[in-house]
Amino acid sequence: MKELAIYIHIPFCISKCYYCDFNSYPNKSEYIPQYLKNLNREIKMYSKMRFKYKIKTIFIGGGTPSSINGVYIYEILKNIYDNFDVSDLTEVSIELNPKTVDDEKLKIYKEMGVNRISIGCQSLQDRLLKTIGRVHTINDFYKTYELLKKHGFSNINVDLMFGLPNQSTVDVLSTLKEVTLLDIKHISFYSLIIEEGTKFFYWYNSNKISLPEEDEERNMYHEGINYLKSKGYNHYEISNFAKEGFECEHNLFYWKLKPYIGLGLGSHSNVGGKRYWNYEDFESYFKHIKHGELPISGKEVISKDMEMAEFLILGLRLISGISKKEFYNRFEISVDDVYGEVLKKHRDSGLLYIDEENIRFTRKGLDLSNLVLVDLLP
Amino acid sequence: MTKDRQKRIRNFSIIAHIDHGKSTLADRLIEKTGLLTSREMHDQLLDNMDLEKERGITIKLKAIRLVYKANDGEEYIFNLIDTPGHVDFNYEVSRSLAACEGALLIVDSTQGIEAQTLANVYLALEQNLEIVPIINKIDLPSARPEEVKKEVEDVIGIDCSDAPLISAKDGINIEDVLEKIVSDVPAPTGDKDAPLKALIFDSYYDSYKGVVSYIRVFEGSIEPGMEVKMMSTGKSYEVTEVGINTCKQVATQRLEAGDVGYIAASIKNVKDARVGDTITSLENPTDSPLPGYKKVVPMVYCGIYPAEGEDFNSVRESLEKLQVNDASLVFEPETSVALGFGFRCGFLGLLHMEIVQERLEREFDLNIITTAPSVIYKVKKSNGEMIEIQNPTNLPPATEIEYMEEPIVDVSIMTPTDYVGAVMELCQNRRGVFKNMEYLEETRVVMHYELPLNEVIYDFFDALKSKTRGYASLDYELKGYRQSELEKLDIIINGELVDAFSIIVHEEKAYERGRYIAERLKDVIPRHQFAVPIQAAIGSKIIARETVKALRKDVLAKCYGGDISRKKKLLEKQKEGKKRMRQIGNVEVPQEAFLSVLKYDEKK
Repeated sequence: MKELAIYIHIPFCISKCYYCDFNSYPNKSEYIPQYLKNLNREIKMYSKMRFKYKIKTIFIGGGTPSSINGVYIYEILKNIYDNFDVSDLTEVSIELNPKTVDDEKLKIYKEMGVNRISIGCQSLQDRLLKTIGRVHTINDFYKTYELLKKHGFSNINVDLMFGLPNQSTVDVLSTLKEVTLLDIKHISFYSLIIEEGTKFFYWYNSNKISLPEEDEERNMYHEGINYLKSKGYNHYEISNFAKEGFECEHNLFYWKLKPYIGLGLGSHSNVGGKRYWNYEDFESYFKHIKHGELPISGKEVISKDMEMAEFLILGLRLISGISKKEFYNRFEISVDDVYGEVLKKHRDSGLLYIDEENIRFTRKGLDLSNLVLVDLLP
Repeated sequence: MTKDRQKRIRNFSIIAHIDHGKSTLADRLIEKTGLLTSREMHDQLLDNMDLEKERGITIKLKAIRLVYKANDGEEYIFNLIDTPGHVDFNYEVSRSLAACEGALLIVDSTQGIEAQTLANVYLALEQNLEIVPIINKIDLPSARPEEVKKEVEDVIGIDCSDAPLISAKDGINIEDVLEKIVSDVPAPTGDKDAPLKALIFDSYYDSYKGVVSYIRVFEGSIEPGMEVKMMSTGKSYEVTEVGINTCKQVATQRLEAGDVGYIAASIKNVKDARVGDTITSLENPTDSPLPGYKKVVPMVYCGIYPAEGEDFNSVRESLEKLQVNDASLVFEPETSVALGFGFRCGFLGLLHMEIVQERLEREFDLNIITTAPSVIYKVKKSNGEMIEIQNPTNLPPATEIEYMEEPIVDVSIMTPTDYVGAVMELCQNRRGVFKNMEYLEETRVVMHYELPLNEVIYDFFDALKSKTRGYASLDYELKGYRQSELEKLDIIINGELVDAFSIIVHEEKAYERGRYIAERLKDVIPRHQFAVPIQAAIGSKIIARETVKALRKDVLAKCYGGDISRKKKLLEKQKEGKKRMRQIGNVEVPQEAFLSVLKYDEKK
């Protein structure tokens, strides 16, 4: 039986951060009970489809999954355990934000097998947390960390951002230093992207905020990489760092083009050669489930050409790159036969390393990866 | 039905500013009238069943004939002639107006007089047309018909006391317009027994009939079987069909003095039936042609090249197809180091150039690159030879040039007095020589300048419009050639001279233009992995330099949550953008770059 990853979306949070364009709603708490009821039905629908997969990882993301009552998380996980083959389950992650957890919630998480925690921290400068619209302080972060340790969670990820308004490289490095003093196994260290529809987008376009210059922003990234490496973290994906053996298995499913299903509002799935995604509004989502249908709003059938491109586009995000042998095993054609010319071009321009076995980005390639990815699209 | 018939013909155009309701009024006129006289109805017994359906397209015809039963009980024939409206086509417009006796001037009662209105009114006045003012859009709450009437009287100086107040949209008072046409537009005159004298005001190519020409008969008559002669070329043809446009072409037995209609005579190319030419009878020719004919010659040249992935032959075939219908378009093959194989094309002006370019892109679905427009320079070489240069690339090295001449045009600019200062400033900046200024009335003047044509084609019209808030109108005519200190300005991108960017400029302008183009290119050329220097040079001397900084970051920072489709869309968008790039050496130059150097921002 094949392995599968499951993503569960909790679209609720306490307030919307200024940079956030995720499918999450700060003022919809009245929908919570109804949403959870429907989500559990959606989970059951899949189980009835005699799904021939073994669940390898579960990731509960959001929104802020920790902002809803712990009992709901209990129900979701129990539902999955009861209805899927979880005999090979190795990783169960949940996202949480400082200030939203307490003993009771963590007790439930622990009991229900959650073994990886991802904290949305973003920065350890209170002024920057305020700038980006976070509701917590540094202090809240530390309290949350202590609480997690108390409940025996050891596999902890911290999300950190750079390239924020009024942030300097010194700010970034001091945050990294503070975080690495703790027992943190995994760090997501990613640059701010101004997404359409966010407050930042509006402010940026009306010159109400200014961002670090591109050179400064890249400097933050490069210095950040150097620092984290010096602290024993393995830089394994463009924006991700982990202590040996603590890479996020769930995310590797995405990057290695392995099958996953996403459940809940607006979630995406990639299974059986198709990508499809759920409705992003509550009404449509509820309506379809009520009629006993999967709440799918759109899908894309992945042609072989596209699958090969995706294999590289996603696989190259990993610092170790892609294996030529894996490519051949999967597609029965050599990667050089398909992309030889493009690969050569970008090797010559210094963006790719290519040897007998692997293809991966150079340091420069990591900064300019889109230049390569664009050429890989069919 | 002889002299009498002529008395009941009214030939007119509608002139209006864009959006003031020209086509809506045309539709109403068609609706409120018939398309055939009652006698013709009996004679021809209507194959006009599709009338309703075709109404929508009627006004796209160059000329349409309507029949109106007036309050006096008589049936009148209305020939409504359509006109475009732009300085590039002033000649065509003036010929269309020359086919009329009157013009309906529509003014929006919420907006008042606007630039295009005036430009067209002056053209109509030049042809001695009777102007019939009509105040439109009186249904709108913001209508101020009395004020607008006064404005028309003050600015144009025509009596508006009994101008119809209408709403073309709601069909209010359309009858007034129809009666006004009867009472105010003069009937044509002209002897139908005199030798034939007919004006061509439009021609197009039809694959069955050959060239079809729209004509206005001034003297005599024309009928199938007749041998006719084009007076400008002396070529003769046998008329195969004459007719009128109702909502479609209806063949008739003849057209005679006063009539508007079409003829076909198995002519193979519109070049042989040029707008403005006079048609006469081969057997019994008239002694003098109608006034005002001129052969329109291209004034502006530019290169048109297939863009990345586009086929040279499809560009050629498309240009050939356009040329069959457009006598003023010329082209011949040329090559460019940067752009490969393409064509040097000649146009009447910038708008004509833009139209051709747009038709190639839209109608023929071609992906093309246009280079900076140029005029024809005359170059006296040191060896005594005189050559003409349409493409800056072909300019001989400075050492081989004794002197150069550039075309000079006589420019007239009509403008409200408020903008005289702004217009003077603009003309002076463009090396203009002031000739004189006349007051048309208290608030309007016409200013006469001599300007080098290469300044006029360089976004002059847009600059004039923006400096006069759209009120000025422009006309120009070739005056001749004048010796001038000209230089070739080259653009070098990442060390490579890009011939497609080369232009010929006056030495005084070289620095400014060079700096401006370099700045513009810096803005439109995307950043690359490496820094891209852009230089402007005259000969071996660098006069301006800019650098496109190296790209430091182009990466999708976050890629999880499984929403890969969206990430791919971002990449696909980026890929689409790349398709519109032209590879020059190592540098990808967007197609817009070639266009952006044509536009000049006066404020900069």
